[in-house]
Amino acid sequence: MSENLRVKFSEYIDETIRVSFKFNGKTYHGFKGDTLASALLANNVHLVGRSFKYHRPRGIMTAGSEEPNAIVQVNDNTNRTEPNVRATEVEIYEGLEASSQNCWPSVNFDIGGINNLISTFIPAGFYYKTFMWPSNFWEKYEYFIRHTAGLGKSPTKKDPDIYDHKNIHCDVLVVGAGISGILAAKNAAKNNFKTLLVDEKNELGGATIYQNREFNKIDNESSSDWLKKEINELKNIKNLEIKTRTSIAAFHGYNYLLGRENLTDHLEKKEKHNQIRQRLLKIRAKKVILATGALERPLVFNNNDRPGIMLSSAVKKYADFFGVKCGKQNVFFTNNDSAYESALCLYNKGIKVNAIIDIRDNSNSKIVKAVEKAGIKIHWSHTVVDTRGYKRLNSVSIMKLSNDGMIVTGNKINISCDCLGIAGGWTPAVHLFTQSGGKLKFDEENKVFLPNKYPSDQISVGSCRGDFKLKEIINNLSINLKEFLKIEQVDFDKINVESEKENSKINIWLLPSDKAIGKTKPFVDYQNDATAKDIKLALREGFKSIEHVKRYTTTGMGTDQGKLGNMHALGIIADTTGVKMGELGTTTFRPPYTPLTFGTIVGRNVGEFFDIFRRTPMNDWHIQSKAEFENVGQWKRGWYYPANGETMHQAVQRESKAARESAGILDASTLGKIDIQGSDASEFLNRVYTNAWSKLAIGKCRYGLMLNEDGMVYDDGVTTRLGENHYIMTTTTGGAANVLGKLEDYLQTEWPELDVYLTSVTDHYATASICGPNSKKILNKIIPNLNLSDENFPHMSFKEAQIDKIKCRVMRISFTGEHSYEINVQASYGKSLWDKCMEAGKEFNITPYGTETMHLLRAEKGFIIVGQDTDGTMTPIDLQMDWIVSKKKYDFIGKRSLYRSDTIREDRKQLVGLLTDDPNIVLDEGAQIVSELNQNPVQMLGHVTSSYFSPNLNKSIALAVVRGGKNMMGKKLFIPMENKTINVTVANPVFFDEDNARLNA
Amino acid sequence: MFLINCPYCGERDQQEFKAGGEAHIERPKQPTELSDDEWAEYLFMRKNIKGIQFERWNHAHGCRKWFNMVRDTSNDEIKLIYKMGEKPPSD
Ligand SMILES: [Zn+2]
Repeated sequence: MSENLRVKFSEYIDETIRVSFKFNGKTYHGFKGDTLASALLANNVHLVGRSFKYHRPRGIMTAGSEEPNAIVQVNDNTNRTEPNVRATEVEIYEGLEASSQNCWPSVNFDIGGINNLISTFIPAGFYYKTFMWPSNFWEKYEYFIRHTAGLGKSPTKKDPDIYDHKNIHCDVLVVGAGISGILAAKNAAKNNFKTLLVDEKNELGGATIYQNREFNKIDNESSSDWLKKEINELKNIKNLEIKTRTSIAAFHGYNYLLGRENLTDHLEKKEKHNQIRQRLLKIRAKKVILATGALERPLVFNNNDRPGIMLSSAVKKYADFFGVKCGKQNVFFTNNDSAYESALCLYNKGIKVNAIIDIRDNSNSKIVKAVEKAGIKIHWSHTVVDTRGYKRLNSVSIMKLSNDGMIVTGNKINISCDCLGIAGGWTPAVHLFTQSGGKLKFDEENKVFLPNKYPSDQISVGSCRGDFKLKEIINNLSINLKEFLKIEQVDFDKINVESEKENSKINIWLLPSDKAIGKTKPFVDYQNDATAKDIKLALREGFKSIEHVKRYTTTGMGTDQGKLGNMHALGIIADTTGVKMGELGTTTFRPPYTPLTFGTIVGRNVGEFFDIFRRTPMNDWHIQSKAEFENVGQWKRGWYYPANGETMHQAVQRESKAARESAGILDASTLGKIDIQGSDASEFLNRVYTNAWSKLAIGKCRYGLMLNEDGMVYDDGVTTRLGENHYIMTTTTGGAANVLGKLEDYLQTEWPELDVYLTSVTDHYATASICGPNSKKILNKIIPNLNLSDENFPHMSFKEAQIDKIKCRVMRISFTGEHSYEINVQASYGKSLWDKCMEAGKEFNITPYGTETMHLLRAEKGFIIVGQDTDGTMTPIDLQMDWIVSKKKYDFIGKRSLYRSDTIREDRKQLVGLLTDDPNIVLDEGAQIVSELNQNPVQMLGHVTSSYFSPNLNKSIALAVVRGGKNMMGKKLFIPMENKTINVTVANPVFFDEDNARLNA
Repeated sequence: MFLINCPYCGERDQQEFKAGGEAHIERPKQPTELSDDEWAEYLFMRKNIKGIQFERWNHAHGCRKWFNMVRDTSNDEIKLIYKMGEKPPSD
């Protein structure tokens, strides 16, 4: 089977460097410069996969990124494996391993092939109709589909490669380095535009560098030789950067494009090591020139999918560029002149062309004459009605087309061949243009969609704007480039271009066969196995919109987004329904143009770099003390400090007891801190908090509750008046950035007349909070000259002090209900402050505690945590915090909402305490609460928001929100759990030290 | 991805900005005088136009300033940017 199908001479293949690789476990050889596809073809391997639905054998169809069939898994079972890779884009290297993915158990014996035999029973919508019901069967269907359909395997090991992101700003971005792109980039750069030229291939020049030499000439030499000289000149041009192996994945608004630069995929394993594999380019271009070319169309006829049936342009490229003959007996089937150029290319290399089948009745172009002269048989007005060969094409049958092209007549002629090049005309690659928001117009004469209105500063040039002949390309490029770049002249104004002018073609979207359509398989979308008859069935079943037909038949929904077949689908719909193609519209092309790896998308933001962490100045101490950490917003906070193999429960119980019996210490540095200054600072606080601030004396602290305009609690914290016009506000750890944003919003947009300045100082201070009956003694050791008497330094007040000449702010405030102090120092002294506190507290067994103990202690006191006991639907009244809502103030944010008809309802969910009848049972946070057990349907009254076992009360306590809970004091409620029902009693949420005696202890 | 011309900093990438909903909705000066319906009108009702829309934007990861933008939501074209407190264009 393995044989060498190389033809002599290709300057792009280095025949001195032999490369061995494996495909489906078998070793093959190719040369440096080969793609996986060209190397396989050189070994006479066409069969590379199975189709998605019917599991028909499929071969390599194209030579580019539009490939629908040759989808492979590379380097399976290694940490570099990747599914859904197009064999036509993989450059081979020593040691490459690839395998077919659309087959199980193997490409030659495929169990799903049975689908092909029963395909009459798998029409359009089969999956929708069948797998919908019965629904509990879905798991079985899914297992079957996943095993038999080739979705490829995701890597399971850690990606060993490095990826990168790069921002690029340029004056002109040129996408595509065919002749149009090269000339556009060169002239842009020469006119002082900073220019970037990208192409998805590894060589510049597109199709022109292997264009027919005889019929395409520039200044009396072949266009390919002329272009090669131009390419050579590019390296001497300033302002021009060129990136090959770079494909543009997305073209967004405002000329923002995403590209993928492939740096190591073509290298051997040892060369890949420690190199950046792929780079995501984030390109912001002042101007964009799209020169993305055109894709050749297949023809839609019965059994048009056998291995050996390829695009005519691909057959030519494999011969010209890679030096590979795709078949020994070649036949072409065409509706235009393109196939003749391919036939002539093979003929000139001594490769046998048996016949050309042309659905037209004649063509007078020079190239057709040349083919006739070469003695190649042309069957005018004929069409292929069937093909044969299961795993490889062996012959085609042709018949004469009627004048209107609707039916076939006469005798069937069989022509043997192992390769059929099909040429259905060209589709401009307008994908990126439409992604950018561009609208298309339909050219009825040429049956193509062309760019119409540009949504940004961009143009399309070359064949992606509908220019297919060299002369037309060059002339229009000159005109458009001058206008677009506002330049007087281009350097190719005076060249003399000779190319074919004639290119008559006729379009028959679905070619007739001698068999009834129901008995044929004319594929429109190869990757998703959608045939013309599926589309017709969808139309019969009432689907009209192209978007609906697409989804019902899955046409164009594969990883190739139907790059080959979408036009035929549209054409068949138009023909069947009698609507003009231009009026049908097209489906939407979505980014990415070709698939992107996750690695490229995330770049360096992997592992610990995925999201930034914020750490307090005391972080090292927490780590040394074996703290378990909790993520709070972006902060890493000490959660609890297990000693001697304690469980979390044991550690939290110990910490909680110690804080109330002697002394505890908490790293409170993460609390949000906003410095507020200005002559209207007091008035500002009056407007943003529910309580009154004007009368707060300098040196005093006050707790504040902040609402949204809808009356719901948004944030809380203690604010201290440092001076006449100077406050420091603390916010919740997670809410700091949003609170600042909200306050800025009101200041700038609603109350610009207020003289207030806000500065975030969260990171500027480190905070140690010492609480417990011995906290006063400890603080006295640290700051001996500060008078800590209740008269001089009462609860809710503030003092400036110094510790070793370092300024600090000390607040006597409490979130635990204990006598406590918060000491704030400049962040860089945070660690030494902490060490001092630990040292001074040693004799009192000062116990560091984390967020879990903090939560427990405040729950004992019934203090809320915004975001845990509230969820954006709780008013202060719901929280039984009426005391903090000023009745006297005329207005504050959210005030009016507190007496809307909805917020004054008696049966709103309200915060209450819950005690379990069995004091040892700790409720689950989130557990639902009911009042009747035998109700149907059962009515949920609310849920548990906070729940702990209190070591200081020696019983379980909980906070909950309960419908009408305010009036339920003492009422028995139930919490039904999976295996039991827990009886609870509604209680006062302040469980511990109700008269706050300990604050002044 | 828009390119937004912050009136204080100049052209910056959209990712530095935060959208802040419909512009020119003034907070009532005397909320207590309003009926539930009138307050609800201010609180909840926002336009969602296909076409020319007046919006508030904030240069959140830049100068933190709020400003107004006139944007065509059908094609994302930014027609005009002007500072807070400036009158919206009449046409
Ligand atoms: Zn700015």
